[in-house]
Amino acid sequence: MELYELTLHELKDLLKKKEVSSKEVVKSFFSRIKKIDNKVKAFVTLCEEEALEKACECDQQQEYDGIAGIPYGLKDIICTRGVKTTCCSKILENFIPPYDATVARKLKEKKGILAGKLNMDEFAMGSSTENSAFFPTRNPWDLERVPGGSSGGSAAAVAAGEVPFALGTDTGGSIRQPASFCGVVGLKPTYGRVSRWGVVAFASSLDQVGVFSRDVRDCALVMNIVSGHDPMDSTSVDIEVPDYESFLTGNIKGLKVAYPREYFQQGVDEKIRETVKKALHKFEDLGAVVEEVTLPHSEYALPAYYLIAPAEASANLARYDGVRYGFRDFEADNVVQMFSKTRAAGFGDEVKRRIMLGTYALSSGYYDAYYLKALKVRRLISRDFNEVFKDFDVIVGPTTPTTAFKLGEQSDPLQLYMNDILTVPINMAGLPGISIPCGFVEGLPVGMQIIGRPFDEGTLLQAAYSYEQNTDYHTVKPVLGVE
Amino acid sequence: MTLSGDYETVIGLEVHVELKTASKIFCSCSTSFGAEPNTQVCPICSGFPGMLPVLNHKVVDYAIKVGLALNCEIAEFCKFDRKNYFYPDLPKAFQISQYDLPICKNGYLDIDINGDKRRIRITRIHMEEDAGKLVHQGDITTTPFSLVDLNRSGVPLLEIVSEPDMRSGAEARAYMEKLRSILLFTGVSDCKMQEGSLRCDANVSVRPRGQRELGVKTEIKNMNSFRAVEKAIDYEAKRQMEALEYGEEIIQETRTWDEEKQVTRSMRSKEEAHDYRYFPEPDLPPLKITPEWIEEIQASLPEMPDQARGRLMEQYGLSEYDASIITQSPDYLAFFDECLRNYSNAKTVANWMMGELSRLLNQNNMEISECLVKPEDLIKLLGLIDNGTISGKMAKTVFEEMFAGGKKPELIIKEKGMEQISDEGTLKAVIEEVVANNQKVLQDYKNGKKKAFGFFVGQVMKATKGQADPSAVNKLLRERLDK
Repeated sequence: MELYELTLHELKDLLKKKEVSSKEVVKSFFSRIKKIDNKVKAFVTLCEEEALEKACECDQQQEYDGIAGIPYGLKDIICTRGVKTTCCSKILENFIPPYDATVARKLKEKKGILAGKLNMDEFAMGSSTENSAFFPTRNPWDLERVPGGSSGGSAAAVAAGEVPFALGTDTGGSIRQPASFCGVVGLKPTYGRVSRWGVVAFASSLDQVGVFSRDVRDCALVMNIVSGHDPMDSTSVDIEVPDYESFLTGNIKGLKVAYPREYFQQGVDEKIRETVKKALHKFEDLGAVVEEVTLPHSEYALPAYYLIAPAEASANLARYDGVRYGFRDFEADNVVQMFSKTRAAGFGDEVKRRIMLGTYALSSGYYDAYYLKALKVRRLISRDFNEVFKDFDVIVGPTTPTTAFKLGEQSDPLQLYMNDILTVPINMAGLPGISIPCGFVEGLPVGMQIIGRPFDEGTLLQAAYSYEQNTDYHTVKPVLGVE
Repeated sequence: MTLSGDYETVIGLEVHVELKTASKIFCSCSTSFGAEPNTQVCPICSGFPGMLPVLNHKVVDYAIKVGLALNCEIAEFCKFDRKNYFYPDLPKAFQISQYDLPICKNGYLDIDINGDKRRIRITRIHMEEDAGKLVHQGDITTTPFSLVDLNRSGVPLLEIVSEPDMRSGAEARAYMEKLRSILLFTGVSDCKMQEGSLRCDANVSVRPRGQRELGVKTEIKNMNSFRAVEKAIDYEAKRQMEALEYGEEIIQETRTWDEEKQVTRSMRSKEEAHDYRYFPEPDLPPLKITPEWIEEIQASLPEMPDQARGRLMEQYGLSEYDASIITQSPDYLAFFDECLRNYSNAKTVANWMMGELSRLLNQNNMEISECLVKPEDLIKLLGLIDNGTISGKMAKTVFEEMFAGGKKPELIIKEKGMEQISDEGTLKAVIEEVVANNQKVLQDYKNGKKKAFGFFVGQVMKATKGQADPSAVNKLLRERLDK
């Protein structure tokens, strides 16, 4: 077995026992990257030289704990000091931040080793990573298919063994959907659990940084590092961070599991429904109490999301005007022309579409009918979840309505938006959600989504871990035909 | 032209005040004025990707303070909003401001117009960030590029909006002067119109006297002094009245005051006005203001100009006019109060401050805080008049020298040999000489030409270069001539 096939906690144990060096670990992953990334195309920037230097430092200090000496990848929306952060957009193609995002700093402080930056849909807008301004990423399970998005690079890199873990961001499903498509674990924490400082904003009230890993224990380990209040992010919440690993008991006897009727209806592939239903039986076998519930406002979540998220994005992306950094069109005759030419050439179609949608929704005369109405819907969606959580500990359903689709297969934006139908409500309510592998349909991974109460990532991980330890879907690896 | 109708002018003012907090409103950059361009900037106030605002609570303290000083209700709950527009000096392309829930509302201040008191209502006060500024090398019309200085970007501002309660340029000016003095007393701002720390836009309309509904208004910008406020409003009101006389319609528009030509000029029409697409700032949680917080600020509120004016009238018997001049700024009042600690004649101090001191300050365009004459110097000078060392007339000359060089009055008098001569022996000798040289006039006097007395006084003063004590000269001359 190669080192790159191991999980974070397995590598951690080997390093601690001094059976391997950080240099060996880092080298193993980079040789893997070199071998397969021309097929998967998960990375947009590689930091091999710096990574090897850091690995040597670690080996000299011989202080292995947690993620020390272990490589990881970051979605290219997370600012890294001195390393290009592009959001996979032409407009930030050469942008090198003079600062580390809080999450990047935390990983650095724990002596984790940044292997590189990962591909994504431009400014996190998309569900397939086809909207990257550079190139699409491929799904390691079938290179003809998309890895999902927007954090497609992060999911594919973890699935293909290019890094043991990665961070992504999730605004409407951008962690859980690609995790589901690529057969890995993907956690979107509660809004406010992880700092957004230094993470390029898409929709500020929905964005949250989260973890991709190969198993639930790795996810808990990384969550222990990245979670917590940040005085630089006023929306991060000052609630104590528990030791997430302590929730991995393997015991869920008496756990109350709800499955929403609305998440098992038409529009969700029948085979996926069956697969997740099977997983629910597994929960029952493990001693959980499983019951059907209703989340009556679910169908309004997607339209409301596609007003709120673009509205916020229209303001968040207004700063890319060519004045201070990033791409500028120098052919303009005056400042207004400079703004419009820069933005016309710098942004891709989907980004422009959402900026226009959001600008329209906020325009005077339309604000009440669109944006304000969407905020009201958002409250109703939260209320639905609150009702269920009065009686249940977690809510379980499919993560996505389909398995990974082929590149170019979904070209209609509305069709693409439907990918988020099962994940968007969770962002609207600010809840934590995790997607874990729960089977295969026609050789492609299926993800099960577990949703928890606010700041109760612990119970989420407890449920996910118990299921995982009693199944072996997480151990199945994609075959890339180059091994 | 002579107007056939009887019109009434209606004015409301929007005032922006820069707060002199040590750091900016959403980051820790310094706010000090006059630094080299772009030396007081950071990724937050220059709108870099992923940066988040953190509210400087001192700004809230100051806003509450001003709200209380202007008799406003302080909101228990307020929030920030984004005001969206593109301009090169606005780094995020939105300004964080407050839209529908400002921190203060429903206040007032009282002004005096020719002895009449008028109450001007204040609609609202809200907090916001300032933008940067554009700098042009050479002539703005020919320079090939604009430079952006972001030192001012993120400096905290209060916007104070009045009701349309003013009826003339003079009233608007009185409102500005009163507002400035209140703001100076609260200590939240320097209120320097030249440096832009106090700025004012005026909404002006006219209507036939007796008509209830308001006429079409124009907004006047670019008034850089109190005088300009008065002039611009009076000009604009007259322009509108004349237009109505000619049967023209007033167009709702923004106009700029041309200081050189003393006219207002059209800048942009209502159609060209921005749609700011306000929406709640998702990066800042709403602000809750507790009664305890308000009480704490209330307790820290110093004496306000109206209170101080009453005190001066009651304690020292100053006239209302004198008292209101002395209370125009806290520095002015402090100077007065300091003088009165060791000098009892309040009226004399007030006369000197309103006379010589004000004249020289205005002449040199200086603030009292920059004045070299300190209170102890002024009362020293007044003491020297009182004890007959110098005459009141000479004291003015001495004061000018004190003002120019900061020398102590005794020193100036000594250096210039300006002490009054009241020694009888010295004066008698001078008188003898004058009498000896003017025997004919002495004869005339003795013959009943009493007017000749004045001639002798004049000759003695001339011989002593004006330093002779006039009353002593009178007494001694009379003794000599009438003997």
